[in-house]
Amino acid sequence: MPKLKSLEDLKKIREEAQRDIRVRLDTGTKVTVGMGTCGIAAGARETMHAILEELKERRIEAHVTTVGCIGMCASEPLVDIEQAGSDRITYGSVKPDMVPRLIEEHLINGRVVQEWVVGRLEKPKA
Amino acid sequence: MKELSLHVLDILQNAREAGATLVHLTVEENLDEDRFSLEVRDNGRGMGEETVKRLKDPFFTTRRTRHVGLGLPLLAAAAERCNGSLAVESAPGQGTCVSAVFQWSHLDRAPLGDMAGTLMSFLLGEPFCDLVYVHRRGRNDYSLDTREVRRELHPVEITHPAAREWLAGTLSQAEEALGLPAAGISGTPSGGKEV
Repeated sequence: MPKLKSLEDLKKIREEAQRDIRVRLDTGTKVTVGMGTCGIAAGARETMHAILEELKERRIEAHVTTVGCIGMCASEPLVDIEQAGSDRITYGSVKPDMVPRLIEEHLINGRVVQEWVVGRLEKPKA
Repeated sequence: MKELSLHVLDILQNAREAGATLVHLTVEENLDEDRFSLEVRDNGRGMGEETVKRLKDPFFTTRRTRHVGLGLPLLAAAAERCNGSLAVESAPGQGTCVSAVFQWSHLDRAPLGDMAGTLMSFLLGEPFCDLVYVHRRGRNDYSLDTREVRRELHPVEITHPAAREWLAGTLSQAEEALGLPAAGISGTPSGGKEV
């Protein structure tokens, strides 16, 4: 079984990651994918996979997480993007092939892709 | 659901929503007895007898965001049409165990599909929940315990991008170790359009 062999790699990851951990916590970009029954059936797992791949390819460090159903089942897969200091934007019906544009426009160019937005939560007042 | 691994993801998410901090997932492909079984055992808050009785009713849910609860009914239907069944054991404070059995060779049995993708999606969810994954397939087996992984990583989180990549890599090794067919495993199918 290969599991123990690769556990060794984790030590290396730990050492490297500890160095940059603070930087990352401060930049705070969070991507959330709806992963309830409705999201799963609509292909949210594949969308999430596409997001992880795209972030890896472009070397963007973002926190990626999943949540359950928030009640907008007809618009699944739902993807939320939250950046420190900006409104939280919810995109609907996000298919894997839409992910590159989403990442490029929203995360890199800082422009919300209006036509895919289904919700917006204003940033908390300081 | 087009893959059994999508059902697995769904049941794992139920466990998280029940407040579980540890889930045991066992996939057993017994080729000699032509049986495919899935078991998800969590240490969440559990359910009373009355609730368990109503689980297969799609119009029953404890959630308030919507009025239907399709996860378990869909899995029950999938198992039953493959000469199998679904069983749920639970008690308040005792956690829950969901197990589904299928006839391995049944024509209607969906392929297991992208387990690595399922486990990644689950492990990146919040709040974090540890996973002990055991998969037996004929004479091969594979296991992963995220408690061990986290012990090695501490204080770095398992959701750190570098750890994330390691996990994805180690989980695709699992498929090799188990001798799973390559189709539809790591490659993401274009679909996800139908239920």
